[in-house]
Amino acid sequence: MLMLENIKLAFGALRSNKMRSLLTMLGIIIGIGSVIAIMTVSSSLTASISDSFQEMGANNITVGIRQTGEEEEVRSNGMRFGTSGREVSAGEEDLITDEMIGKLQASYPEEIEAAAVSETVGNGTAQSGNVSSNISLMGVNEDYFASTQITLLAGRTVKQADLEGSRRVIMVSDKVAAALFDGDNKAALGQAANININNIAYKYYIVGVYKYEENSNFSSSSEKDITTTAYIPLTAGKEMLHSEEGCSQFTVVTAAGINSVSDFAEQVEAFFAPYYAANEDYEVAAVTMESMTESMNEMIQTAAAAIALIAGISLLVGGIGVMNIMLVSITERTREIGTRKALGAKNSSIRLQFIMESVVLCMVGGCLGILAGFLLGAAAAYILGYSATAPAGAILLAAGFSMAVGVFFGYYPANKAAKLDPIEALRYE
Amino acid sequence: MKENQNYIINLQNIRKSFFCGRPNELEILHGISLKIVSGEFVSIVGESGSGKSTLMNIIGALDRPTAGDYYLEDRDIRNAGDEELSEIRNQKIGFVFQTYNLVARTSALANVELPMLYAGVPKKKRTARAKELLDMVDMVDRMGHRPDELSGGQKQRTAIARAMANNPSIILADEPTGALDSKTGRHIMDIFHRLHREQGKTIVLITHSGELAEETERMITLKDGEIAGERKGGALC
Repeated sequence: MLMLENIKLAFGALRSNKMRSLLTMLGIIIGIGSVIAIMTVSSSLTASISDSFQEMGANNITVGIRQTGEEEEVRSNGMRFGTSGREVSAGEEDLITDEMIGKLQASYPEEIEAAAVSETVGNGTAQSGNVSSNISLMGVNEDYFASTQITLLAGRTVKQADLEGSRRVIMVSDKVAAALFDGDNKAALGQAANININNIAYKYYIVGVYKYEENSNFSSSSEKDITTTAYIPLTAGKEMLHSEEGCSQFTVVTAAGINSVSDFAEQVEAFFAPYYAANEDYEVAAVTMESMTESMNEMIQTAAAAIALIAGISLLVGGIGVMNIMLVSITERTREIGTRKALGAKNSSIRLQFIMESVVLCMVGGCLGILAGFLLGAAAAYILGYSATAPAGAILLAAGFSMAVGVFFGYYPANKAAKLDPIEALRYE
Repeated sequence: MKENQNYIINLQNIRKSFFCGRPNELEILHGISLKIVSGEFVSIVGESGSGKSTLMNIIGALDRPTAGDYYLEDRDIRNAGDEELSEIRNQKIGFVFQTYNLVARTSALANVELPMLYAGVPKKKRTARAKELLDMVDMVDRMGHRPDELSGGQKQRTAIARAMANNPSIILADEPTGALDSKTGRHIMDIFHRLHREQGKTIVLITHSGELAEETERMITLKDGEIAGERKGGALC
């Protein structure tokens, strides 16, 4: 009962001093607003990364070699950037061989649907006559197409026979077909195209055209200079690169019926362990999309939390502002406090009244801050090209936190008011 | 005055000192004994510095005596805790101040409701009672106004209504007409007389004006912290 009255009273006090209330709230608004804005951007980023990873395949396990000694770190982070895997030059003896992959598939025929191997060859152009289109060339095996979602528009994908014969066949996107053959996908089939990579021209025959899916997250180029992936047999790609047998990384597509993808990833790792038992430098790690997504999100969230923490300092400043204005308000209203006490207000009633006033001030500021922060964060996410996601947890936390700021910074002034001597307060001019 | 009546206010040898135990210790009240029975209209007069404000603070349970006993009805004020004093002020005493002391930025109605709010009276009952009281002082048509929209007389009438909110045992009025012109002051005094006559309220009026004190049943003169004289039997009532 008294609580409700106090809340009403607090709103009345805020209204009667609009300018002052607004200025005081500004500290809280900026503090909460900046935290929420950062959290909104980060949660939008996280959600869209999760989505794109899921698109890439939740059932996939990426198996790759990594230098020993990084195990603990990799296990806890799931995925590492920069130092592991491909970038460190691994000798032929360190690579995963086709034989190993074959044996793995033979050992787990129920669990493994496909083992996709791919190797990036390089960026270049596909040319026919005077027109060309940018491509990113990728050598793949037959199973590769089971690990990614590709819509075939015409022709076929790269087949086992192409790999065995290192055939010069290529599968291009409809963008290439549009540029080189006026969009006639069927007409493109069987046509020869000059593939220019590293200033060397190769002649390849188009066997398939797939539908290019716009990737909203990472594309910024215009329609004309768009770079699309073109697929050639892995063996042909290796010839172009003059690289060794084997691969540093491949993807296992697990069967739909499998219980736990991450459990199976551990089995795959165990399978490779004997091969690398004698290898001092390298070992094999199997990482699932799930753990990759998790580690990526963890990184984003850690970064966001760090920035939010700094933004949170402005909340502290805001809180001090609230405390300051509450002290001023109490001094101004000393007589009122004296009167209330003479009329029978207990110390606790006075304390509650002023704490509620401070809490209401902070809560209103907090709510405005949440609103402003979300709008700002959503705008930033929109500009960056992600769909905005409201950080529900952060919003609840911010609301709770602004209330806590109100109580914390309101307590001292309220207690001061509660302890006033009624006689002196009544006499105060 | 009948001797065997129960005293509503019973002060026995009240002393009040400030800065106790320090070199500048100052005794304001030097042993005051005063008994007031229910339904009396008493005035306490004295020059400024005579200790009447200090006495009023003690009677009003805003302060405790340094020595001596004070019983308000059957409550021992001297040994009451802060919480208990708050409750006594809320239930037993209705204050009327010279400077009105209405809570700013709230309506006259809300001001009258205030003591009932602290007493925990439900909202509906509170509003009904406050309207009734404002009607009694002819303020019902201005009950939505805030103190800064009211004249001095209107403010004091609101304050009287507020003092009556919890139907207290005594009304303690400290120079209630001090800030008003004589005509308005007369009107306020008439309200006190009416409350005394019609509702049998015990009223303690603190004033420096002998003229106003003459109207009361009993006039107590305070001088230098002691009772200097007492006159019984008011002229008007």
